[in-house]
Amino acid sequence: MLYRVAGQYKTSYKADYALFPVKQDAWLLGVILLFAFVILPLMANEFTFRALLIPVLIYSLAALGLNILTGYAGQLSLGTGAFMGVGAYACFKLATIFPELNIVIVLALSGFFSAAIGMAFGLPSLRIKGFYLAIATLAAQFFLVWLFQKWAWLYNYSASGAIQAPNIQMFGVTVAGARASAMTQYYFVLCVVAVVTFCAINITRGRIGRIWKSVRDMDIAAELVGINLMKAKLLAFFVSSYIVGIAGALFVFFWRGAAEAELFDIQLSFRVLFIAIIGGLGSILGNYLGAILIVALPVIIGAVPSALGLPISPSMVEHLNVMIIGLLIIGFLILEPHGLARLWAIIREKLIIWPFPH
Amino acid sequence: MNPRPSPAQFAGADDGIAKGDVLLKVDNVSLSFGGVKAITDISFDIRKGEIRAIIGPNGAGKTSMLNVINGFYTPQVGTITFRGEERRAMKPHHAVRQGIARTFQNVALFKGMTTLENIMAGRSVLMKRNIFWQMLWHGPALKEEIEHREKVEEIIDFLEIEHIRRTPVGKLPYGLQKRVELGRALAMEPSLLLLDEPMAGMNLEEKEDMSRFIIDVNQQRGTTIALIEHDMGVVMDLSDRVVVLDYGKKIADGVPDVVKNDQAVIDAYLGVAH
Repeated sequence: MLYRVAGQYKTSYKADYALFPVKQDAWLLGVILLFAFVILPLMANEFTFRALLIPVLIYSLAALGLNILTGYAGQLSLGTGAFMGVGAYACFKLATIFPELNIVIVLALSGFFSAAIGMAFGLPSLRIKGFYLAIATLAAQFFLVWLFQKWAWLYNYSASGAIQAPNIQMFGVTVAGARASAMTQYYFVLCVVAVVTFCAINITRGRIGRIWKSVRDMDIAAELVGINLMKAKLLAFFVSSYIVGIAGALFVFFWRGAAEAELFDIQLSFRVLFIAIIGGLGSILGNYLGAILIVALPVIIGAVPSALGLPISPSMVEHLNVMIIGLLIIGFLILEPHGLARLWAIIREKLIIWPFPH
Repeated sequence: MNPRPSPAQFAGADDGIAKGDVLLKVDNVSLSFGGVKAITDISFDIRKGEIRAIIGPNGAGKTSMLNVINGFYTPQVGTITFRGEERRAMKPHHAVRQGIARTFQNVALFKGMTTLENIMAGRSVLMKRNIFWQMLWHGPALKEEIEHREKVEEIIDFLEIEHIRRTPVGKLPYGLQKRVELGRALAMEPSLLLLDEPMAGMNLEEKEDMSRFIIDVNQQRGTTIALIEHDMGVVMDLSDRVVVLDYGKKIADGVPDVVKNDQAVIDAYLGVAH
């Protein structure tokens, strides 16, 4: 009933290529955007912004970047955390060297640094695949984090070895640094995520997306339909690391405020990978669903028992969180390798034919 | 809806070679893997507009021959001349750009993609818009996408696979997968189409369908076809000329009627002491 596609005829290919060929999808997105832009900020307090909304967006973005590489182009990577770090450090250096530069431009530029580094570490993908490639990207992970610690120029020789987001103003409003309000930062991150998502959807459904998926599904056949494997893989590393780098920069400048090199260690890579797997590899929507789940889970585990009057210690919350995430990953890998996004797709299919499935 | 494409719309790639002239020439090609000689000193040619069959018993080197032609293997000796250009080593994606497309013995489709996406993927090399236009989608990228979609829909109509346009190819039965694969090869607008056992594992009806498509491709689009097939009835009916391989050597070459009665061919198929 809700999803009635009958009567929605396409009379041109252009109509068929609309972002939402089914108009209920467009309404649904409208409602979600209304929530994201208006209703949630009205309801949220400082804690909700900092503990839920902003991290969900940033993790979604990082997972989106990884998903382009792993889910679309089929190249497994364990270096996401380090590539986020490259984006963050690049953003920090650019923002301190050119304090006058608009933060949007700084962000866009810092993405290129992580994209270049990501592409360099993607070179082994031309020769090796699967788990072996994952090990090669693992090298990037450890090497880059080591570099963040040892190369003092990167953190401007600060005594703590940490990078600190400076106060940055855009059009007279403080958007980053200690004085920025959570709501401003939320809106900024939301806009960045929305724009990047729009671009990512378009790339993945067009020629380049098809090239990536061909490489993922059968690389030999892809080569024999005329696809240059080298270009396709390196482009995937480039685009993926670009998005991941921006996510890293947002991570420090619009959420944490400060970061040490250890923040970008393998734990972060795994967390982003889990989001992509639970959300669904090869889907854009999945990143958001996965990020909501992973970020909200510890908050819920911490809040629900105390609301019910059960005492729960913070360490217990942490343990439960790890256990539940572990179970979820095993469960998803076995039962639904395409993740939450596929679950939604199945629900949507059922809704379209409901209540007359035959 | 789309009208059924008329033959005039179906012009094959124009490669400046008149019908009947030599399109591809294989000269003294030898290919070996270590000590195993897959192909020994084979020469033949393929003329524009013909259906050329390559036959032979299992392990005769037929598929290796196709792999040499489309650049997947590099022969140790010999040259390939395609559209007047001589070459020995090349990358497969260059061969595609030159106008050689192929299908595979074992279906090699992109399983996670739909029929439409698979055939569209075949047009990747013909599409030009760069990533910045792709990001915006609207404007030139969309225009290009629609242009190519129209061509792809012609192919979908031609192969009568409209009903599975949006089905992931992994879910399709084997016969339809073969058809989609042919569609993907056609989408590249090749001047030479290599078909590696297009009818393997098909029932009679499916074989008849596939034969009809091959003849139509050849006659309506003017595409030159090189075909590997084990069904002798099909080979003799479809092809204009046949080359027979056995143990990596060429043992016969000519029109079907001559080849059929060649003593060496009969021996190779029935098996005599070598």
